[in-house]
Amino acid sequence: MPKVYVSTVVNAPAAEVWKLVRNFDGLPNWAPFVAESRIEQNARPDQIGCIRNFRLKDGGRIRERLLALSDYDLSCTYSILESPMAVENYVATLSLTPVTDGNSTFCEWEAEFDCAPEREAALVQQIGSGVFQAAFSALKQRFAR
Amino acid sequence: MVKVCQSTIIDAPIDEVWRVLRDFNGHDRWHPAIASSAIENGEPVDAIGSVRRFRLADGGELREQLLSLSDTDFRLTYCLLEAPLPLMGYVASIRLKPVTDGNRTFWEWRSEFQPPANRREELTRLVTEDIYRAGFAAIRKLLSAGQARTPVAARPIATPIETRPASRPLEPISATGSDHTRAIVVARHGGPEVMEFREIGLPEPGYGELRIRHTIIGVNFIDVYCRTGYFDLLTPPGVPGMEAAGVIEAIGPGVSGFRVGERVGYACPPVGAYSERRNMSPELLVRLPDDISDETAAGALLKGVAASFLLHDVHAVRPGSTVLVHAAAGGIGQILVQWARHLGATVIATVSSDDKARLAERLGAHHVVVYSREIFADAVMEITGGRGADVVYDAVGSDTFAGSLAALGVRGHLVSFGQASGPVGNWDIGRFSSKSITVSRPNYGHYTDTPDKLALQMNRFFTALRQGVVRIDAPRRYPLAQAADAHRDLESRRSTGSLVLVA
Repeated sequence: MPKVYVSTVVNAPAAEVWKLVRNFDGLPNWAPFVAESRIEQNARPDQIGCIRNFRLKDGGRIRERLLALSDYDLSCTYSILESPMAVENYVATLSLTPVTDGNSTFCEWEAEFDCAPEREAALVQQIGSGVFQAAFSALKQRFAR
Repeated sequence: MVKVCQSTIIDAPIDEVWRVLRDFNGHDRWHPAIASSAIENGEPVDAIGSVRRFRLADGGELREQLLSLSDTDFRLTYCLLEAPLPLMGYVASIRLKPVTDGNRTFWEWRSEFQPPANRREELTRLVTEDIYRAGFAAIRKLLSAGQARTPVAARPIATPIETRPASRPLEPISATGSDHTRAIVVARHGGPEVMEFREIGLPEPGYGELRIRHTIIGVNFIDVYCRTGYFDLLTPPGVPGMEAAGVIEAIGPGVSGFRVGERVGYACPPVGAYSERRNMSPELLVRLPDDISDETAAGALLKGVAASFLLHDVHAVRPGSTVLVHAAAGGIGQILVQWARHLGATVIATVSSDDKARLAERLGAHHVVVYSREIFADAVMEITGGRGADVVYDAVGSDTFAGSLAALGVRGHLVSFGQASGPVGNWDIGRFSSKSITVSRPNYGHYTDTPDKLALQMNRFFTALRQGVVRIDAPRRYPLAQAADAHRDLESRRSTGSLVLVA
């Protein structure tokens, strides 16, 4: 099962970064490749099981289900229901950890999924750099101090 | 219950940080509060349950026990058994995670304990600042200094020229501080005369290094290639040599698992063995068993390891197969002949003279061909009734390559692992289809560049020595200062067996 792991350090306290990323409906506020998002069935964005339905700037549409959200661990886990990427059993976790030295935040984003073997390398690359690292870079820039 | 959690980012790859932190007995080498440390009862530092007894710079003595250690999670947990301070029930853990964005390391150090109420603040501050934050700062300093001094071991290579491992520039002899040692220095590429015996600087072992005092040093044909510049493994002025045995004399920071006084050997780049003492990365070393002498190790380790992978991995020699070994009286040839015979092969040996033919017969070769007198390819065909050899081991190169191809049978395998007589030149591989020939060009480094790979070959070779499968004649000895004579003898084909230098 392919795995992707990307991590970075954002120069802001974990509580502030968490305020932004805990909103399951809030991707357009910080992920540069997301155009718009809504939560299906008028659910609350922190209702476990809710589904976010968002459109990428390149036109692709993705539906993801919130599996876990913890304000104590500062982490959020979700799965993909539909996407243009042709992945199965995709589960990802975004988590934050405070760095006491300098009051910054260690951010991790990991995913596991199944796919056709010949697409594995390209998907790992696309998800790792094109999605997770691209979003982290935007996050770093936003909190640059 | 007090909980302390401190974290930081270290600007070094996680493997480097973990190498230092996983050494449960290594904290006296980096933490400023700790003066000395030892593991009780000689337990390994990474054995769960082992206890470290250490003394603080202020004199206090403590004992801590390792509760868990995971190299996959980069995590270790330990608890305090005895301490001069009331840190009751103190359990701490260290955890690392990679920061992929910039190849850095996230390090978290946390603990829980129950202090007496009146000392709660004082003890929390002590753990937070004097232990954890001071530790962060020390590691940051150590790794930035370490990186400057020892570039993380750009590892092996031996034979081909594809990559260049860093041959370290010679240390200048400074008037103060740093030590020196005597060594053979190749001042510029050239003949044996470019080798000078002189004093060079030797720095303290750096981070992740230890110092070896050589007793016996191996001489190999690859050293000639380094001296002439045929292989790009030595940049003049530099010290040649890739094989030696000796004793550990000093241990640098960040090294665990070795003791001063232990006997060790090695057979690998980087070059630098032609010296009385040198610094080296520990993962390249093997501990020498008591029944393996320094002379055997230095004279045969490189050749034995090469023979091991040539006969088992490059080509797996099977009972009943026919093996042709060139230069059978040479250092590696002697081992190949004995070992291939033990594996059940019919061994045909080629040698350059009748004296060497007698030696090859004594070693167990079934047939010996003196190639200065006979065309060896014809002889092989005659001996095998026209079938040809299943595998040819050829380190002679230019003079034998064409004959080796001709001596092979259908689906034969030519293992070309050296060129004592010169490079083999360019060949049209289309012609190999006439017999479905396979040609291999193995690189020593690719079979020995991790501790696991190296251990496999070393163990095979040591076992072969113990069982008497391979006997090594006492090598011919030269004083280190006369390394040039050893090279002259090796290159003129006057020598048989191994040559060593005595440090």
